[in-house]
Amino acid sequence: MTNHWRDIRHADVILINGANPAEAHPVGFQWMMRAKVERGAKMIHADPRFTRTSAVADQHLRIRTGTDVAYFGGLINYVLQNNLYHADYVQMATNAAFVVKEGYAFDAGLFNGYDEAKRSYNTAAWTYETGPDGFALLDINHPRSVLNLMRQHYTRYTPEMVERITGIPRDQFLEVARIVGETGRPDKVMTIVYAVGLTHHTTGVQLIRSGALLQLLLGNMGRPGGGMNAERGHANIQGNTDHAISWDILPGYLRIPAPGMRTIDEYVARSAAKKWHANSLNFFGANYRRFLVSLLKSWFGDAATKENDFAFSHLPKPAQDASWLSIFDQALQGKMEGLLLSGMTATSIGPDSNQVLQALSKLKWLCVMDAYATTSSEFWHAPGIDPSTVQTEVLMLPATHWIEKDGSFTNSGRWVQWKEQVLPPDGEARHDHWIMAEVFGRVRDLYRQQNGAYPAPVLELVMPYRDPRKPELDEIAQEINGRDLTTGQRLASFAALKDDGTTTAGDWIYTGHYPEGGNLAKRRDGIQDPAKNDPTGMGFYPSWGWSWPANRRVLYNRASADPLGQPWDPQRPGIRWDPATAKWVGDVPDYPVAADPRRPDSPLPFIMTGEGVGRLFSNGVADGPFPEHYEPVESPVANPLHPDRSTTPVAYLYDERAGRGNRFGTAADYPYVATSYRLTEHEHYVTQHVDQLVQLQPEAFVEVPFELAREKGIANGDRVRVSSKRGKLEVRAVVTKRLGPLTIDGKKVYQIGIPIHWGFVGINTGQHWLANALTPFVGDASSRTPEFKAFLVNIEKM
Amino acid sequence: MTDVEVTRRQFLQLGAGAGAGALAISPLGFDLVPARTVKQDLRIDGATVSKTVCPYCAVGCALLAYTRKANGGTELLQIEGDPDSPVNEGRLCPKGASALQLAVSRRRVPHPMYREPGAAEWKQVSWDFALDKLAQNIKASRDRTFVTSDANGNVVNRCEGIAFAGGAAFSSEEGYLATKLMRGLGIVHIEQQARV
Repeated sequence: MTNHWRDIRHADVILINGANPAEAHPVGFQWMMRAKVERGAKMIHADPRFTRTSAVADQHLRIRTGTDVAYFGGLINYVLQNNLYHADYVQMATNAAFVVKEGYAFDAGLFNGYDEAKRSYNTAAWTYETGPDGFALLDINHPRSVLNLMRQHYTRYTPEMVERITGIPRDQFLEVARIVGETGRPDKVMTIVYAVGLTHHTTGVQLIRSGALLQLLLGNMGRPGGGMNAERGHANIQGNTDHAISWDILPGYLRIPAPGMRTIDEYVARSAAKKWHANSLNFFGANYRRFLVSLLKSWFGDAATKENDFAFSHLPKPAQDASWLSIFDQALQGKMEGLLLSGMTATSIGPDSNQVLQALSKLKWLCVMDAYATTSSEFWHAPGIDPSTVQTEVLMLPATHWIEKDGSFTNSGRWVQWKEQVLPPDGEARHDHWIMAEVFGRVRDLYRQQNGAYPAPVLELVMPYRDPRKPELDEIAQEINGRDLTTGQRLASFAALKDDGTTTAGDWIYTGHYPEGGNLAKRRDGIQDPAKNDPTGMGFYPSWGWSWPANRRVLYNRASADPLGQPWDPQRPGIRWDPATAKWVGDVPDYPVAADPRRPDSPLPFIMTGEGVGRLFSNGVADGPFPEHYEPVESPVANPLHPDRSTTPVAYLYDERAGRGNRFGTAADYPYVATSYRLTEHEHYVTQHVDQLVQLQPEAFVEVPFELAREKGIANGDRVRVSSKRGKLEVRAVVTKRLGPLTIDGKKVYQIGIPIHWGFVGINTGQHWLANALTPFVGDASSRTPEFKAFLVNIEKM
Repeated sequence: MTDVEVTRRQFLQLGAGAGAGALAISPLGFDLVPARTVKQDLRIDGATVSKTVCPYCAVGCALLAYTRKANGGTELLQIEGDPDSPVNEGRLCPKGASALQLAVSRRRVPHPMYREPGAAEWKQVSWDFALDKLAQNIKASRDRTFVTSDANGNVVNRCEGIAFAGGAAFSSEEGYLATKLMRGLGIVHIEQQARV
């Protein structure tokens, strides 16, 4: 989230897409209800299903899953056509006036720079014209200004086109567009709330970007009650994304180096943002080297020296994408030997479960660390699998879970909250970090004894803990924070990090959470004393836990104030310039605290981008500098915008590339659109071990639209077979009017709802169908996030 | 003010002090507070209160966990929402409210287990066996699949044949250590729940 949970109560309009917070994040949803009840906020919910969120929304838009780019595109077009955007904000805080380099084109569903053979774009083709000073050329009236190109790009997204693609009736769309458009006024603000319903598409990144573009145009980014707010699904998914359990990054969102980057200089030149404007602070780009060197000093200690480029060569450089789908693709190709799973079950989680089961069978070894049995630890005797045919060696290591260890969780709103150890480990269970440290220690011993492939990083990695085989999480928290090596003191701010090897920081965005004074994530000064603990009255509660970066509660908050530093809405200030003290006051400013905004050379408001402003046009994504609607890879219709380029031209087609043949179905065989989702009573798969929750939601089912059920002779509670090109479920049908038919480009389209929570492991045996047996093995062009939320199925009564 | 409007914080304060009786008359016509206080006291009287966070979604509801030392062990008595939290203000959903059943369960994996290639059953093994086995497997796969230079002569120092996935449910500090150790081994296939 750019903002945080409690902040949502400041919104005038709550635009919810690809999310069902009333059921999936019920306690967070209270802040949306507070906005509605206390300030009359309008709640707009676009979702294929009518859920409990829809039930309290002012508008429920029944949208075809996977078409939100068109819906957002229609809103953006409406805002631009009717000049409803916040013009002063757009001028101050976006790249609207930047002139795009000649050669930019969009035609028949393709941007310039496309390579058909590689199915990819040369994204460097999407850049700016430069002036004599080397910075970007600025002229908002230029025919190729970002604003003018954007207007042109979006003119196709008329209310009529939105209706043809999404199924949202024109009149209802226009009513919503009017409400959304009003938030372009400085005294109005809208929040956009989303979850994996937006990310789980082959156009997932552009779906999020569409929302961000709308928020920038309306001047809602950086403001209390505004922003782009991802509701994340797991207790510490945010913290462990920040700490880079992800193939493409190092801690603190530094890019993983690529082959050919021989030195840190080459890495920084190709990874850090270029400065595009004289007044751009380009804070991230300018400090990239400091953050990387401090990380390398944390990891390799004295072995990282100026002379050896701080052991940069020890960092692995991946040849290609190495994300979720790639892991199993490599296993299917026999190139992946071993898999370590820690609190994550490959079988249930990924798309195309049947193919994942094959992939697991091709591994030499699998190690599962978990508190409970999972569908991965037990995959070798899953229903339909003969164990004697599975040659994979499997280890199941009993791990402790959250309440048996301390450490911090970072929530969706970036609030880091330390938790105490409540219980000792159960039985023989061991902490995941003790298992990993011990195994690493034993691997290191083996390299000491036997040598082997490139042992240097294994031998030189620093384990500076009292017991290197049993590190305390408190010690690791201090390592993450970082130190000044000359004084030995822990740092209070990442501003103190250096690139000469005299500082450490395991993750620069967490530097300052554990200064010499102690661990700030332990703080619990909350609503027991609002007058004391919430000095601004805005709900920031700066002494409850700690939020990254720098304990800032709203990101980009410089944009909450006008060019002179006064809040756009004095009722809802983020930060403001106080001329008396010559300081920014309020939230922790996302800006130099003493930078007088009235000076002509004051830094531009978005200090993290090379442009110094928010990007309406960007080459940071693989599939286009502006978002474009493409159909899901499995779709019942051809894309009305460009039927010959119906689906994304740049999604990586794993099966085809590996010679396995695509496993995609067509509407002729699988005529119904399906989408997967979660229920209130379950958390993915682990809750199949919790009695009370299994009692509340005991059995797998699918939701079937009332009209379709009537056509098919399916009654409520009947057993049905739902099948895709890849697999099937045989479960009960819940027949409901909450899912209804849509008219898409003149064609009647039904959507079926599939909750994901069941498998062949759990209290209630016999629930062995895996929802992800149905989902396609394909992901977003940029992120490779699988398309769990839009695919084709057939349904039959059994 | 009626009894349903009494916050948990006020409720506990009142339970501990005088004047509770003057506060709340329920729709039943008599004061429920002393009765509830007694019930509450019996359950968590003398308990240690620890501060934790809900293990499920990323709203990050703050929890209070009550434990008591008993029979040489620690008994978890109750988990409830922390009323001081600016995030949840003491509230919990059905998952958070049943967190005690995730914390203490007869269904936990009791000991390390090993399944040999082609075997139809698990075998109970010692930690020492399991950790040695895993270390040997990692070393062997790393040595077999490690690439120091690619076809273009670039130094890449990567292990292509081992993948690590996990971490959305463990502490940040464990996640950081996982990243550090896996990158130290040269592993490039690193993944967690964010993408799936």
